[in-house]
Amino acid sequence: MSRRVRLWLLALGGAGLAALLFAACLELPGFGGDRHPYGERAVRESLARRTANAVSSVNFDQRAFDTMGEMTILFAAVLGTVVLLRQTRDEHRAQPAPAHVAPPVRRYALITLPVALLVGLYVVAHGQLSPGGGFQGGVVAATALHLLYLGADYRALERVRPVGLYEVGDALGTSAYLVLGIAGVLAGTAFLANTLLPYGTFNTLSSGGTVPLLNAAVGMEVACAAVVLLARFLDQAVEIEENAVGTEESGE
Amino acid sequence: MNHPSHLLPLLVAGPLLGAALLVACGSRLPRAAAEPVGCAVSAATAALAIHLALQSSPPLVEWVGDWVPRDGVSVGIVLVGDGPALGMAALASLLTLAALAYSWRYFDEPPRRHTGSYPALMLLFQGGMCGFAIAGDLFNAFVFFELMSVVAYALTGHRVEEARAVQGALTFGVVNSLGAYALLMGIVLLYARTGELAMTQIGRRLDAYGPPDALVLAAFVLVLTGFLVKAAAVPFHFWLPDAHAVAPTPVCMLLSGVMVELGVYGVWRVYGDVFAGPGGIPAADLHRALLVLGVLTSVVGAVMCWYQRHIKRLLAYSTVAHTGLFLIGVGVLTPAADGGVALYILGHAGVKAALFACTGIVLDRYGSVDEHALHGRGRELRGVAVLFLVGALGLAGLPPFGTALGKALTEEAAGPALTVLFVLVSTVTAGAVLRVAARVFFGLGPRPEEHAAYETTGAGERPETRRRLKRVPDTMSAVPALLLAASLAVGVAPGFAAAVEHSVSEAGSAGAFTSAHWTLAGVLLGLTSTLLAVALAALAVTRREGLPGGAWAGPLRRLQSGHIGDYVAWLLAGAALLGALTLPGVING
Amino acid sequence: MMSVLPYLVAVWIFLAGCYGLATSRNLIHAVGCLAVCQAATYVLLIAVGYRDGATAPVHSDIEPGSRPLVDPVVQALALTDVVVGATVTALLLALILQISKRHGTVDPDELSELRG
Repeated sequence: MSRRVRLWLLALGGAGLAALLFAACLELPGFGGDRHPYGERAVRESLARRTANAVSSVNFDQRAFDTMGEMTILFAAVLGTVVLLRQTRDEHRAQPAPAHVAPPVRRYALITLPVALLVGLYVVAHGQLSPGGGFQGGVVAATALHLLYLGADYRALERVRPVGLYEVGDALGTSAYLVLGIAGVLAGTAFLANTLLPYGTFNTLSSGGTVPLLNAAVGMEVACAAVVLLARFLDQAVEIEENAVGTEESGE
Repeated sequence: MNHPSHLLPLLVAGPLLGAALLVACGSRLPRAAAEPVGCAVSAATAALAIHLALQSSPPLVEWVGDWVPRDGVSVGIVLVGDGPALGMAALASLLTLAALAYSWRYFDEPPRRHTGSYPALMLLFQGGMCGFAIAGDLFNAFVFFELMSVVAYALTGHRVEEARAVQGALTFGVVNSLGAYALLMGIVLLYARTGELAMTQIGRRLDAYGPPDALVLAAFVLVLTGFLVKAAAVPFHFWLPDAHAVAPTPVCMLLSGVMVELGVYGVWRVYGDVFAGPGGIPAADLHRALLVLGVLTSVVGAVMCWYQRHIKRLLAYSTVAHTGLFLIGVGVLTPAADGGVALYILGHAGVKAALFACTGIVLDRYGSVDEHALHGRGRELRGVAVLFLVGALGLAGLPPFGTALGKALTEEAAGPALTVLFVLVSTVTAGAVLRVAARVFFGLGPRPEEHAAYETTGAGERPETRRRLKRVPDTMSAVPALLLAASLAVGVAPGFAAAVEHSVSEAGSAGAFTSAHWTLAGVLLGLTSTLLAVALAALAVTRREGLPGGAWAGPLRRLQSGHIGDYVAWLLAGAALLGALTLPGVING
Repeated sequence: MMSVLPYLVAVWIFLAGCYGLATSRNLIHAVGCLAVCQAATYVLLIAVGYRDGATAPVHSDIEPGSRPLVDPVVQALALTDVVVGATVTALLLALILQISKRHGTVDPDELSELRG
């Protein structure tokens, strides 16, 4: 299709869809309205199970099955990236050259690193109490490690980041979540039932039953997954090089 | 002992846990251990799915986390274990098992230090498909829809050294992700109106709200766009041939055999649970929309299938054509048609997966899937030739294959005019496959002349095995044989068809019980399409110059440009078309 | 009109993303456009869950029942959506990296292997 024809088709389809969606928006309940039946029920149940952060209660208790799928999507995408960005037959690894880093950048990165790591772990640990949780904290902790890449160089990062170990961590975090779910079935209630542990004291670290455990499993999974994901892309950028022309087998 | 419904989530958690453990042991596990583990987990899941399916009358319902409704409302996620849901889960599991067995030891070398990655991805795919099949909550369905999509993109691009493979996988990923986001927009619109996410609850609230308006229509269009992209209905179908032609063969078996059909299943499930009531979309409108899209899909799929020379692409278009027939069947909206479609899907899955499996053997043996280049070269593969031929006849709907029974029942429900279409579409698609069989395996007819056309040839494909096969491994030929036997069993196993029909009508809203059995008319129609397909193939094989009618199919072929921008434009146009087709009832309602 | 403006913004973002996807001349840009389409779903989700004068549904520093709260469910759904979006983007970018190696280009107009 020529670009012109494509634009006409796009305009036609886009106009039709735009008209439909515009009409639909006019029928939606007004912005800021008072009617949120599911939300109100969710807050009530969250308080009944002494989970201060209602969003975490939805994520790790009421709709924990969604979170299982979500966590698995991340796991699958990491595994997919590992497979897609593997070193192929026509490529080899080159030792990255040490890079020069400006001293202020180095100092700043090395001071921030432990702080960022700590913040990440804090956010994971307090998921059931305050905004945040396994997903958010895990990403913070994983990116904290990569300050080493900015502050020193790739080889320094590789020393603190044995990718194989993080892959295992990723898989174990996922397994832990699934095993906690299956424990409910084994105990005779339902999958992912939050009835195995006491609900604890409201607004303390040990509250919410299994919520902190699932939260921690996700935190571990996300942190490891983000490290592995970034490692694969960094490998491509820094280490993996195509063989010289001639030895190369192209896909043609 | 647990109530059986508590075991429903294990259909998802089992394969996922298996995948996680395979990755955890990744570097230490030898390949010879990783593959049996993958097979064992998928087999156990299949057994569980079948075990639960046998207990699914009355349908099982499970609230995950024990959030059973109080005063009719719940904050949890509901899973549905009725016949169709568990049937699809069982089909997905059995096909995963078949695909894993097919690739046993012979599939491409695994990435270094990641021996378990391929079986793990297959298990994740299986878990995603099972999760989607049993989802009774719309957002949960979206989550598993995404899980199976994400895994499917990665598996499609698995052979990263192939230029075509990565391009096809990207097209697949972009178009399907856009469809998924449309689906999510639709879900949010429904949530805004009803404040619910469980499908039946949304349906009930819509009915209580009153007659359908623009919001219901928009939500319907967006949700259906998501599922129809997955089902590869015209004009959302462009990604499918591009992805199926390049995916590794075992993955093609799953994509064509069950993933695309899950899109059709999603349409059926969501219409029945959410939009079927007085507050939803009137039946006449759904009928019109699915009929128009189904007819378009089956005709386009059949025509494009006929003109392919890349064998995997040819089979991919035949999947498009058959999906069109499934959509027509679902659009008839009677329990008899639903039962027919269910049987047709089961029979088609076995036949299509077997055909892909045979094509994979040819690819691994000769390094090509080009019908012209392979002319006469497959003579030495006697066993594969027989399997391929039987598969082609099954595709045509030769009684007593499950495809024939399903097709006959759907035809009977759809009426005489559509029966002609059903016969024609199965004739043309099976004729194309028979033509390939005649040329490749029997060397019949003159070698077709080469002239530059707007097409994808099957030359330059690399075998998926480590080296070209000298002899065909037993697993690779046993799997298609078993799949064909299964497809045959769908048609002949006493009581099976009646059981499927019963469970489908029990799950649908209209609880009328119909009995499925062979009729004389159905058998004759099946024989007619088979004979016509043989005649068509014979006609094509004897001609030296290009295939007849090539001139007027040209413009249609030019639409399949491989360009992501084109496909996205078609997607929007398709959504607008869907809206226009459904509009009348909403205005009058 | 003001009461539906945030929803219309979401629709606008979605369609703008589609326009970008359809006309893109660079695959990396196209994946960015796909992320724009997805951003529309975040906006729609959060807009649907908003309540006038309400605060975050977190009780670590407010007394339960003392203030109206926005809908926590849509926030949880948006979180899921964000994770899905990030992972899909990563996977698609990995594919584009391989496309640029195998085809030597990331311009969709120049990819002509699959057609007809």
